[in-house]
Amino acid sequence: MDFFVQLLVNGLSVGFLYGISAMGFVMIFKSSSVLNFAHGELLAIGAYIFLVLATEAHLPIYGAFILTMLACFSLGFIVEKLFLRPLIGEPLIFVIMLTVGLAAMFKGLILLIWGGNLHTFPDFLPEWLTLTWGGATVQPVYTLALVAGVTFLALFGLFFKFSSQGIYMRSVADNQRAALSLGVNVKNVFALSWAIAALVAGLSGIILGIINGVNVHDLSAIGLKVFPVVILGGLDSIGGAIVGGLIIGLLETLTGGYISPSLRDVVPYIVLVVILMLKPYGLFGQVEIERV
Amino acid sequence: MLLKVNNISVVYSDVIQILKGVSLNVEKGKIVSLLGSNGSGKTSTLKAISGLLKPENGKVTDGEIIFQERGIHNQSPEAITRMGIIQVLEGRQPFKYLTIEENLRVGTAARRDRSCRQDLEMVYHYFPALVARRRSKAGYCSGGELQMLVIGRALMAKPELLLLDEPSLGLAPLIVKEIFGIIKKINEEQGATIVLVEQNANMALQIAHYGYVMENGKIVMEGQAEELVENPDIKEFYLGVGAAGGARAYRDVKSYRRRKRWF
Repeated sequence: MDFFVQLLVNGLSVGFLYGISAMGFVMIFKSSSVLNFAHGELLAIGAYIFLVLATEAHLPIYGAFILTMLACFSLGFIVEKLFLRPLIGEPLIFVIMLTVGLAAMFKGLILLIWGGNLHTFPDFLPEWLTLTWGGATVQPVYTLALVAGVTFLALFGLFFKFSSQGIYMRSVADNQRAALSLGVNVKNVFALSWAIAALVAGLSGIILGIINGVNVHDLSAIGLKVFPVVILGGLDSIGGAIVGGLIIGLLETLTGGYISPSLRDVVPYIVLVVILMLKPYGLFGQVEIERV
Repeated sequence: MLLKVNNISVVYSDVIQILKGVSLNVEKGKIVSLLGSNGSGKTSTLKAISGLLKPENGKVTDGEIIFQERGIHNQSPEAITRMGIIQVLEGRQPFKYLTIEENLRVGTAARRDRSCRQDLEMVYHYFPALVARRRSKAGYCSGGELQMLVIGRALMAKPELLLLDEPSLGLAPLIVKEIFGIIKKINEEQGATIVLVEQNANMALQIAHYGYVMENGKIVMEGQAEELVENPDIKEFYLGVGAAGGARAYRDVKSYRRRKRWF
């Protein structure tokens, strides 16, 4: 029983991590219908910026964290301005191919600057973040993931439902021409969604870096893990990203614990296929409204 | 004069010329109707005014558009909407996944003050049918409700000039009548200036003060609405009434006559 509970807790913790990694991805898709293939690289960049600030610049952890968030936010802004803005109005497939190119470019830059070795953060998480419950323990970093996940979920939910800017973002995703005709600043909406996405990606990059160490290949691979998560949850649902993450995380750890560790990367995809056969828009995806 | 369109030419993708010297004037507080058959350039004229040509790779290559003494041709839609010109697109373009009320809130995007409570009340006052559906997604509303929604959404911007592109498209005659009645009311009570593009010449001339007839990218006729209704050519080609008065079969309309008359 203890084994099961520990697996459960591990699965949920890993799942939350996947969930917040996926949030930024959903953010971009929701406002511009672009699949961002460079998401994993954005995670990695966040982790590396934090690494430099925390270990080489010797900034206090909180300062380094806030600076990293700011840097990621501006990075998203700049990437949108430099690379995506000229493509506004072009077919989506061009934009998606561009993100594939961006992924290669970022990865190359990171390898050039930091190399492909594994780096580690200093140990900075306080012990009191460790949760124990029955026989199971939750590592501090997973507590951090949980707190970050819930906080961002709530923030985004409120933002999209009630704030003007959030409603504008949804309107652009819904019907860009109509949004333009009403004077919604579509360029700002795109820039903001990339900025927020990069910020969340940076945050999850840091958390992932604490767990596995910082390595560009590992981190960008997580970017691919994001796909089953968001497809499962529904590409345009931020809550769905979290639930999708939890399901994939649970499936992985349970398969690894009870069946065989070598199957842990396979079973989630099998379940994904089954769920998509039953619910083609994902668990929480928006069902397309069609008028006949 | 609120808006002066002065001899504009519009070209798409640098080669396809759609408008060949269109001029029109819109006086403050009036409804001006723009009539014409498909492909005559009505929608392009509206898009030239609202700046929405730009995303479609169109350009005003000649002439000028002057709004409140300022040249606005070839400016971005963001800038033009902020000056107070809002276009309601053809074919009702709601935000399907947003609720009715959220749709209306997007209408305030071009405004500096974002306090929308009073304006929401105003829109619900003109379109009571929307009140019951305020929390449901626009994608599930009927065509008539959607037309009301998109007009109401444009009103939320408090426009100086409202450009309506075919509000009667695909709607039942009774609904068309209701919507035109409301447009008239908005014009009278809010003093809104409206440019109305229509195929339904009969309805349009009933509520408009002044009318222009377009063909092949040119204005071929203009006049007070009452005069246009009486014009024999308009009667025959747009209102479906023969010069003698009685309704005529479509095959009897001699199309070569209009060519002789207008070119």
